[in-house]
Amino acid sequence: MKALVACPHCDLLQYEVLLAPRATAHCARCGTPLYRRAPCGPERTLAYTLAAAVCFVLANAFPLVALEVSGQRNSTTLLGAIVDLAGQGMELVAALVFATIWLAPLLQLAGLAYLLRARLRVRHARAEIQVLRLLAAIRPWSMVEVFVLGVLVALAKLMHMAQVLPGVALWSLAALMVLLAAALNAFDEHDFWELAAGDEVPQVAGDQAVVQ
Amino acid sequence: MSEAPAFVTAARLGLASCPDCALVQRLGADGRGRCPRCHAFVTLRKPNSLPRTWAFLLAATVLYPIANLLPIMRSGNLFNAQDDTILSGIAYLWVSGSWPLALVVFVASVLVPLLKIIALSWLALSVQRHARRHRRQRTHLYRLVELVGRWSMLDIFVVTLLSALVQLNSLAEVSAGPGALAFAGVVVFTMLASHSFDPRLIWDGAGRDD
Ligand SMILES: [Zn+2]
Ligand SMILES: [Zn+2]
Repeated sequence: MKALVACPHCDLLQYEVLLAPRATAHCARCGTPLYRRAPCGPERTLAYTLAAAVCFVLANAFPLVALEVSGQRNSTTLLGAIVDLAGQGMELVAALVFATIWLAPLLQLAGLAYLLRARLRVRHARAEIQVLRLLAAIRPWSMVEVFVLGVLVALAKLMHMAQVLPGVALWSLAALMVLLAAALNAFDEHDFWELAAGDEVPQVAGDQAVVQ
Repeated sequence: MSEAPAFVTAARLGLASCPDCALVQRLGADGRGRCPRCHAFVTLRKPNSLPRTWAFLLAATVLYPIANLLPIMRSGNLFNAQDDTILSGIAYLWVSGSWPLALVVFVASVLVPLLKIIALSWLALSVQRHARRHRRQRTHLYRLVELVGRWSMLDIFVVTLLSALVQLNSLAEVSAGPGALAFAGVVVFTMLASHSFDPRLIWDGAGRDD
């Protein structure tokens, strides 16, 4: 029995087809991407995730940018900048920044590592389903790439009044941005749901639907 | 393109796909169900999609002019103090020669939130009026709105960094202004509005002639 997919954007019912690696299936009516085959296996995805985790640690351990004006030097770290913002009476904004550039990427990395470890060992349970759900919910709120662009803009504004020295953390963040995107792209969510289900899930039974 | 194919939607067969795991399943008589695979709550369409979208859009619309008028950043030194709005920050980038970045910030901070509010309002209105035309284009517009919304956070990050860095012995000091809070509100509310909107509403009622 072939599995059915309903387009999330237009509700068109379609049969699932087998895809080649890297291929994406699009909705026949509105063109929305429906599902895809990941470009590589879980081992490679885990490697991206671990490399990204190393970058996350580096991005927190070292200063992000340093500023030098006539011998005076001032530098800030990722978390230091957020704490500073909260100290100016901007707790809500600081919380948003913390959530989008620190907490969300960290949860993404932890979630991916947890799932991939489980994937390499085969079976699935309730906990994995919760983590998958969490990953999907976090995704729009993880904004490392926007932050990296923000650093560039801030540096451009400061260039004229001081000497600006990019720190180790800035390069680490840029690498984190690339590796996190690679890990998320390589992660095969479709495959995971299929495994999470096992064989116990009933297909939609009793429908002689005429499906395009 | 002579004959349009007959399209069958999940809803027409009393089916719906799980919002989390996408499993297509039969719903109960009340249009609700629990996903057998992941136990998520499944409904035919996002519940209260339009009222929620409008509520978030209204909040964003109220905050948008406030975010642009109030200073997002305050800078000062021993001799003078200066308030910067989003637009004056862009102007500063422009005159200091970083016009590509000025353009990027303008698009991300001014244009994107505004176009997002307009686009989502138009989408919600067109659904309420049962508009039949441009269904495909409207779906594409929704996808675009979902994709670019996050980039509006740019200015918030810039202010965070500047206010942390420029603390030079009170010779010069930068701090975040009240505009930053309003602007963060605009970004969050427009993102929540686009999450609340259900693009399947655009297609409900589409027959074989569209
Ligand atoms: Zn579709
Ligand atoms: Zn499900």
